[in-house]
Amino acid sequence: MFSLRDKHLADDIVSQIKKAEVKLKFMHVCGTHQDTLIKHGLDVLLQKCGIEIGQGPGCPVCVTTPKEIEEILVLAKEGKTIATFGDMTRVPGVTSSLHQMKAEGCDIRTVYSIEDSLFLAEKQKEKEVVFMAVGFETTAPTTASVLLRDPPLNFSVLCCHRLIPPALQAILDMGEIKIDGFIEPGHVSTIIGVRPYEFISNNYHIPQVITGFEPIDLLMGAWMLVRQIQHAKAEVENEYTRAVKTQGNKKAQQIMKQVFEPVDIKWRGFPTIPQSGLKLRKKYAKYDARKKYEKELDELAEKEFAEPVGCLCGQVLRGLISSKECPLFGRQCTPDNPVGPCMVSSEGNCNIQYRYSKK
Amino acid sequence: MGKRGYIVCLAIPGKIVEIDKKKQSVTVDYGSGTKRKANISLVEVKIGDYILVHAGFAIQVLDEKEAQETLALFREMLSLQEDV
Repeated sequence: MFSLRDKHLADDIVSQIKKAEVKLKFMHVCGTHQDTLIKHGLDVLLQKCGIEIGQGPGCPVCVTTPKEIEEILVLAKEGKTIATFGDMTRVPGVTSSLHQMKAEGCDIRTVYSIEDSLFLAEKQKEKEVVFMAVGFETTAPTTASVLLRDPPLNFSVLCCHRLIPPALQAILDMGEIKIDGFIEPGHVSTIIGVRPYEFISNNYHIPQVITGFEPIDLLMGAWMLVRQIQHAKAEVENEYTRAVKTQGNKKAQQIMKQVFEPVDIKWRGFPTIPQSGLKLRKKYAKYDARKKYEKELDELAEKEFAEPVGCLCGQVLRGLISSKECPLFGRQCTPDNPVGPCMVSSEGNCNIQYRYSKK
Repeated sequence: MGKRGYIVCLAIPGKIVEIDKKKQSVTVDYGSGTKRKANISLVEVKIGDYILVHAGFAIQVLDEKEAQETLALFREMLSLQEDV
């Protein structure tokens, strides 16, 4: 459609960054950004320019907690038909994984879209279909849209949606690492627009650039952050103007607001982050798997589940270490035999690092 | 999608070639002969629009003019910086 590959322009951006002679640390929160960075060697290129750039908690599958995985496993065991996105099925829980339960005869379906699970519920009325809804602001409106269509009552949602801006704030409040700038996720931003990030620049004086996914986009995003720092500015800039409008997608925002309300929620590797999750409003309680199957899920009510032994996904997600610093990386933990979710998901830092270091 | 499996925050651009009668979904041409349906409940679209599709849903209409001018805009920004 539009070619955004231009070597000369890339060279020009890199030489501008070099000229600035900086030593900075940037964070992004998106698996697709990480994929572009590692695939094209941009992480190494930027390192040579004095910029370290790493992935924070930007992988919905990775930040889903062990307890949420146990919830869906209990429902699978109870004979419900479980539908979710492919990566989610392979994340190891404490007791099992959806993938393993499928092998043991449970009804687990991998779907491309929440609509596929709705069609399944419409066609097979005798089945209780539970969709495990993971994803950030990009995916949450798709769940909301389906719930507004009055699905049949044998359909429900285990809502695990989360919001990006509160997580960015949590990372800054925890103060474990120094962050000089945020590369903000392009596709989350197509929905939420520019405004929801502004409090971070205003309250923490941190520059931010909403960035697209081509190599040129990421180099440009890094350069725009450097330029802000050189001019002592802290603003939210939009590099991805071809897809992100200042106001975002208002229709999607409206649909989300109708169906969900914000809720405090734990993220893997993090404590509870205030108002960073979404739950179904009362009006949609009949589709809320946690309400509908309260009795079945009661056994988990007071329980807490630890992360896998030795797994450092929590530290990877908080940006404290790179995947390769985890002693399990590439040894006990590989994509074929993952210990933690960051090695399972194609958006997970460990999976991406492993995939490209092997080629 | 494809060999790499599903990616939660990935969205893929494609061109709308057909809108269904109920105006709930469209056929999207992703190039190289790949066509797929996408739900349009989150956007206002017309035939010929380029959209970003995520998990079976169009999430935004791409600004074609903006996209075509992206590289020129980047060059301009860089040259302004050099002048400073």
